[in-house]
Amino acid sequence: MSNVVLSARGMTKNFGGLVAVDNLDFEIIHGAIASIIGPNGAGKTTFFNCVTGFYPIDDGELIFEGHDINGWSSDHIARAGIARTYQNIRLFNHMTVIENIMVGQEAHLRSTWMGAILGTAGTKRENRESEEEARQLLQFVGLQGKGDLIADNLSYGDQRRLEIARALATRPHLLLLDEPTAGMNPRETAETTAFIRRLRDDLDITLMLIEHDMRVVMGISEHITVLDHGRKIAEGPPKEIQNNPDVIEAYLGRGAAGSTSA
Amino acid sequence: MSTLAANWRSVIRSGLIAGGVALYTALIGMLVAFDEREVVRNSFTLGQLLLVAPAVLVGWLSGRQSTQVPAGQRLLRGLVAGLVTSLPLLALMFVSSVVNLRTVLINVDRDLVRLISFDHGVGLSGALMLAGALGVSGILGAFVHLIPARLRHALLTALAWMLGAGILGELVRQLLSQFLDREALSWFLRRDTLKPEPAALLFVVVLLADLFWSWFRETRGRREGPAPRALQFTRVGGLAVLLLLLPLLVGSAISDVLTNIGLYILMGLGLNIAVGLAGLFDLGYVTNFAVGAYTMGVLTSTGVLGIENKMGVTVFNFWLVLPVSLLVAMFTGFILALPVLRMRGDYLAIATLGFGEIIRLLALSDWLKPIIGGAQGVLFIPAPNFFGVELIGPQRLYYIILGACLLAVFVSSRLNNSRTGRQWMAIREDEDVASAMGINTARSKLLAFTISAATGGVAGAIFAAKLGTIFPTSFNLLVSVNVLSLIIIGGLGSLPGIIVGALFLVGLPELLREFDEFRLLLYGTLMVTMMLARPEGLWPSAVYQREVRRGEERAPPQAGEQAA
Ligand SMILES: Nc1ncnc2c1ncn2[C@@H]1O[C@H](COP(=O)(O)OP(=O)(O)OP(=O)(O)O)[C@@H](O)[C@H]1O
Ligand SMILES: [Mg+2]
Repeated sequence: MSNVVLSARGMTKNFGGLVAVDNLDFEIIHGAIASIIGPNGAGKTTFFNCVTGFYPIDDGELIFEGHDINGWSSDHIARAGIARTYQNIRLFNHMTVIENIMVGQEAHLRSTWMGAILGTAGTKRENRESEEEARQLLQFVGLQGKGDLIADNLSYGDQRRLEIARALATRPHLLLLDEPTAGMNPRETAETTAFIRRLRDDLDITLMLIEHDMRVVMGISEHITVLDHGRKIAEGPPKEIQNNPDVIEAYLGRGAAGSTSA
Repeated sequence: MSTLAANWRSVIRSGLIAGGVALYTALIGMLVAFDEREVVRNSFTLGQLLLVAPAVLVGWLSGRQSTQVPAGQRLLRGLVAGLVTSLPLLALMFVSSVVNLRTVLINVDRDLVRLISFDHGVGLSGALMLAGALGVSGILGAFVHLIPARLRHALLTALAWMLGAGILGELVRQLLSQFLDREALSWFLRRDTLKPEPAALLFVVVLLADLFWSWFRETRGRREGPAPRALQFTRVGGLAVLLLLLPLLVGSAISDVLTNIGLYILMGLGLNIAVGLAGLFDLGYVTNFAVGAYTMGVLTSTGVLGIENKMGVTVFNFWLVLPVSLLVAMFTGFILALPVLRMRGDYLAIATLGFGEIIRLLALSDWLKPIIGGAQGVLFIPAPNFFGVELIGPQRLYYIILGACLLAVFVSSRLNNSRTGRQWMAIREDEDVASAMGINTARSKLLAFTISAATGGVAGAIFAAKLGTIFPTSFNLLVSVNVLSLIIIGGLGSLPGIIVGALFLVGLPELLREFDEFRLLLYGTLMVTMMLARPEGLWPSAVYQREVRRGEERAPPQAGEQAA
């Protein structure tokens, strides 16, 4: 299939004796919204970390848009078109909102340090344009008017938005969201869910998310992969997953669906 | 009541701590050494000032801790704190009258006893003098809180000016001698000591000026927003004229201090790029300084080193070699950065520390001796020549250093406000995330190291030309430590902070050279106090201030907190 964006084959990641991701096969096609679920410590975040080049994988392969990206550095992968957010928000806390987003544009900027010292026209123009673009992104995620605040001083929900805006600034083809609604109230959760759908519909970005909130997962995803102890125990559309006995035992069995939100 | 008891307990405890400090300064001989120096002639000495300072300080602290308490009781707290402060010294006085302590504690001598008893000897009257003096000091410290704010500000400012002028008497003399003849000068000073009349005059003038200024500002009303263009222009213009005329105003000796400060500012600006902007903890900055100095030395000198042209004169002059020094330092910085790019924090500091030592050992080594002279160093480095004018002596070299500093400030601020600056900031905050945003962190860090090294190289080159000779001993760990300290004390990442830091750490010790013995102690005390009282530095940059002053600038509500 030529429209596969990311695929993993036999992917394995060990931490010492612990097998965090175990022989995982995974595939996501262009324009999909896919979720990865599983109990705590199942290896979901580790999977994201491997895809974004934080850790090399120990076995198997990772193919992104036809390239074997295993062994690529994080910045190389980001330039290739994969962006992400973090489970525990990781903004540049002491930089302003606008500066955070402008760092996200790195992959597309061309100006050099020499240009900056000499103050060349090209450098100035690029700086203006990138700030302009950053302000538009702020508008898009609903943070207009907050560009000059320090990221650390934003409310929790706004920090999550800013993290997404920063990821969008890299102009990703594939966006990985690690628990985007964690810690949000029901209203914010509904807003975020609608927002995620807009990312796909308006910006044509393929989306993968890790989520604990079953209402979000079931409502938004077209495809669900269930991990437990690093192993894939089920995958398919939401309906099938909901009724899969293995999943119910490993994951839903611990509590009623919908009340497992973090 | 237990809270009251706790309050008194804290008064006594801080008094005892201050007493311990006073005892310590006595035992290490600092009190007596400082007693040699009069602050105001025939009035009081620096030793006496140091003796009462802890008592004043605890008095001030004790008075502050009890805001709701009536004035009388606050003064009483000050008194008690001051009296408690005197206890350790009283004990010392008593013990030294019974047994001879000099065999163990060599500094407990007659001079010390005379000082702490205010010339009254070890008897009862001496003890009463000491307790009385420190008690009164405590009361004075507490009393500071009772003075109305505006008057208090004026009084303290006036006092600071008077003490400053007294302590830095040498500086005052050199400044005044530019304008006054010997006779006029002798009204102000005897040798380097301020006389009482000018001291009192200075106190009164500053007091009145400060009062007038605060009254003036009040009546004019505080203006909001940025200063008007014209005012800004005059400020910058005034500063420029001052900077240009400075060496002529202060004379040769102080110009020499200024050039030393300037070189450290230059190095501070360079190191700041690595440490302040990119967060790379570099403890081997002396490497770049040494490389720059040796490049200048080896290429411009003739004689013992054998790099001469066929006519026996130097073909290479200062201006030609300056960019070469920059490039060589840049290149060394680049090469040395390669192996440490993956290191972070402490590991990076240790590795760079190692580089600093390696450079020093290389400079001393027999292996390189034919080229760079080993322990004998490089001699006969010519002074720079500017269109026929020999730039010899600090008053002329000052301008080269000033130029280099201005250039470094310009480059730093341009970089800081650019894409490159944002990359560094991001790396400093979270290197992993910066990388996941598409920043090639290795390349970014390499750039920071390289530019930082280039600046250090220029400083080294000027240093070589300034001294005319260089020795390996000039390039030791202390240089790296000094540069790092001054940017931390000034405020990491802040350009004005570097200047303030250099004035404090390089300028002050040069002017107080006579207390050489205690220089490092003062230095250390200053550092510790700073880190406790003002961890963000004397003049912090906006970014670092944010780290300390979090939460003061929450999102304004009208900016649209949608959440109800
Ligand atoms: N850097 C690391 N070093 C060692 N062990 C790690 C590391 N990162 C993750 N692990 C371990 O790997 C396992 C999987 O962790 P991971 O963070 O991927 O789980 P998760 O599915 O994201 O869980 P959660 O729902 O709690 O976020 C855990 O047992 C964790 O302790
Ligand atoms: Mg996780």
